[in-house]
Amino acid sequence: MTEISTLITEKELKKCPTGIEGLDELTYGGLPQGRPTLICGNAGCGKTLMSMEFIVNGATKFNEPGVYVSFEEKSEELITNFNSLGFDLKHLEETKKISLEYIYIERSEIEETGEYDLDGLFLIIGNAIDTIGAKRIVLDTVEALFSGFTNEAILRAELRRLFRFLKDKGVTAIITGERGDRYMTKYGLEEYVADCVIMLDHRVNDQIATRRLKIIKYRGSKHGTNEYPFLIDEKGISVLPVTSVGLDYQVSSDRIKTGVEGFDLMLDNKGYFKGSAILVSGAAGTGKTSISGHFVDSCCSKGMKCLYFAFEEPQNQIIRNLKNIGLDLKKWVDKDLLKFSANRPTHTGIEMNLVGMHKIITEFKPEIIVIDCVSNLITSGALLDVKAMMIRLLDFVKMKQITTLMTDLSVIANINDTEIGISSMTDTWIRLINMERNHELIRTVNIIKSRGMNHSNAITEFVIGENGIKLKEMNSTKIGWKTGE
Amino acid sequence: MTIQETLEESIKRSEKGHYVLRLFVAGVTPKSLKAIKNVKKLLDDYCQDCELEIIDIYQNPIIAKDGHIIAAPTLIKDFPLPVKKFIGDMSDVNKLILGLDLKSKE
Repeated sequence: MTEISTLITEKELKKCPTGIEGLDELTYGGLPQGRPTLICGNAGCGKTLMSMEFIVNGATKFNEPGVYVSFEEKSEELITNFNSLGFDLKHLEETKKISLEYIYIERSEIEETGEYDLDGLFLIIGNAIDTIGAKRIVLDTVEALFSGFTNEAILRAELRRLFRFLKDKGVTAIITGERGDRYMTKYGLEEYVADCVIMLDHRVNDQIATRRLKIIKYRGSKHGTNEYPFLIDEKGISVLPVTSVGLDYQVSSDRIKTGVEGFDLMLDNKGYFKGSAILVSGAAGTGKTSISGHFVDSCCSKGMKCLYFAFEEPQNQIIRNLKNIGLDLKKWVDKDLLKFSANRPTHTGIEMNLVGMHKIITEFKPEIIVIDCVSNLITSGALLDVKAMMIRLLDFVKMKQITTLMTDLSVIANINDTEIGISSMTDTWIRLINMERNHELIRTVNIIKSRGMNHSNAITEFVIGENGIKLKEMNSTKIGWKTGE
Repeated sequence: MTIQETLEESIKRSEKGHYVLRLFVAGVTPKSLKAIKNVKKLLDDYCQDCELEIIDIYQNPIIAKDGHIIAAPTLIKDFPLPVKKFIGDMSDVNKLILGLDLKSKE
């Protein structure tokens, strides 16, 4: 993200980093400092979590104490709820890093008799800010005031005064608001908080739920304009501004061996390009996983870290099966060179799959990624979405100079594209076909394309035996039949 | 005193028209003064046995926080039960009379 760090140097507007993975990149540095930001969304979309992370990160990472004013949850409830995320709010409160304020409003107990103002609220908030020298504040959610007080004219005037009060105090504020029908929020809070508005969304498409985030406006600053998926896991929120990744990445001319002697011959006698995307397509039982296994084994033996996304089989099954063709992947797993990530893509939405994959890639930092197999991803989303996701993922890994091998289960082996149409994104495309001849199936491999190298055009037979894949023709003159010759 | 006795005692006192009220104001503002004036007048007219405490939340921020006093002025009726909250400058006398369940002095 070097490109983004250079863009942060916008001098006009000071930013307050949230410390939330991805969000600071989307906003080019964080929320507007000393101003209020509105986070709106439906119930259960992650407003409270995002606000709390802002406060906790401020206290722990940026040395900015913060006040969390809750109109809905008691402090003890917040402490318990966030304990499960590893946020020790109690300790932070005791060490005066944060302050939790619970303000209770019950409509039925209040009767209005004439003019009033919300000086009490100002006093409580102001006091909390001054006591710990807070730089950040969250109001979750001021809309509760609307249910407590009926005189909207007074309330709106007071809200306006409240936001001015917070600006005067110089605190960076997050105001949360429930999504409304007519406005972005139920009571039109966006009218007062004009500086930055972030919308959170939790949508279910085809029974699969995805959380998304969108920055609606950010006065005086540029920001990412798309909807970005975000993930809530045991460590909190992470947003992935994946769509911001472009085609502008470094290209390597280093080569990586395929792990199968004959394949190297077919590919210029050198193998794949480092950082390229390789697609191995073929019908069921054509040897896709075996080719992946060879590649992983060869790379691990050179000390490269490999990450294997298995969408079809569990880790142990892959290891067992590949053992039968002479590949011992277990030892690489034990040496921490190989990591399996096996799960069904239907488990979550397509965006979540992507976010999850990003997270593992960032944490494990592999040099090689195997995705077995990409056509399974189709079960988690619409065709177009899957394609878009793959483009994003490939851009992301290419930027990191990671070599990616994907397998694709083509139902019709002869069709000149893959099921999800990702052939244009790949640099090397290997096609596997089982041909029928003399009452038996003959395994064949050919290279449809391989960008930037002289590759073989031959349809070459191969066998899979105890010692792995062996090409029938090991004669380089025969299989080395080059493009255009 | 047992709970039973406390209850009986409180019923007896409320029958006599005993009231405990707290009025929270935010500093000396026209609104505060108006509220104080209105409440005092109301109590003079309607209430015989009455304790009224006037609290400036700026002098006692902790009380404001613990009592969840958001709006000012706020009048709280602690006794007789149930506890009731009124906000505003107390200019709506009829609402107060009804809400406090006051009976005019004979």
